[in-house]
Amino acid sequence: MFEFDLLFPLGITHYLIGGLFIGFAVSFLFATTGLVGGMSTFFTSTWSFVSRWEFFNREAFVASRNWRIAYAVGLAVGALIWMLTVGDAFVTTISWWQLTLGGFVAGFGARLSNGCTSGHGICGIASFQLPSLLAVLIFLGTAMITAQLMQKLGGLS
Amino acid sequence: MRVAFFGSVLIAGALFGFGLSYSAMIKPEVVLSFLRYEDFGLLWVLGSASLTTMLTYQFLPRLMRKPLFDKSFREHAASLDRNTLVGAAIFGIGWGISGVCPGPALAGLGAGNWPMLFSLVGIFAGAYVQGRMMKS
Repeated sequence: MFEFDLLFPLGITHYLIGGLFIGFAVSFLFATTGLVGGMSTFFTSTWSFVSRWEFFNREAFVASRNWRIAYAVGLAVGALIWMLTVGDAFVTTISWWQLTLGGFVAGFGARLSNGCTSGHGICGIASFQLPSLLAVLIFLGTAMITAQLMQKLGGLS
Repeated sequence: MRVAFFGSVLIAGALFGFGLSYSAMIKPEVVLSFLRYEDFGLLWVLGSASLTTMLTYQFLPRLMRKPLFDKSFREHAASLDRNTLVGAAIFGIGWGISGVCPGPALAGLGAGNWPMLFSLVGIFAGAYVQGRMMKS
């Protein structure tokens, strides 16, 4: 089991159980509302409240903007419940500029690709979408290269 | 019906946020440790979440004619085009810079990880620029 421990030094139980919760969440959403829920569209559809730009006011965004806000709020509430029950409070040590820049690039890319780790990664794979599977392989690849380059260049946490 | 619909979305979101937290995916340090080949646990999260969802997507529409609180089951339609693939490559670069993606940014803030505000500002700004580059 030595090699297994090397691949998963913190064990796998919490990863497995957390993933099951996520799968159950997306399943629950589908069973009750029929919606297929990735997270990144929220960051585009919400702009339709304040921008008159035609793209943000497309039917698909305006029609879904309300439930997407409820979904996003739910995400934060669920994490708060975790923190107050079984979890522990923590604050990341990643620098503010890394978070802002990373967020900007990831936000731009996810919206261009029409999906992120949840939309392509979970919903896309689960519905056997070839484009989503390709997207996942591509973003895993570029993310690994970027993270390792960043570490080599600056030793950033 | 409307209350049940939005209540269900809220509960689904909360379960999602709880799962992201429980699996430590809301900690950018853990995500980065995966991207640097130090801990491959993220694959178990992705695997168990997609497998559960796969079973639901495949079998639920055969068991129920429609979802409980709406008229029909939707589909995630991804198209195989340049934007999907180029966008994915760019998304990965951003993800690799900070270890933060959209879901964990929202959930992380809920768990009190306040610097996720920087990530959320960044993601909103990136989505805005992308939207402004689209004609209509």
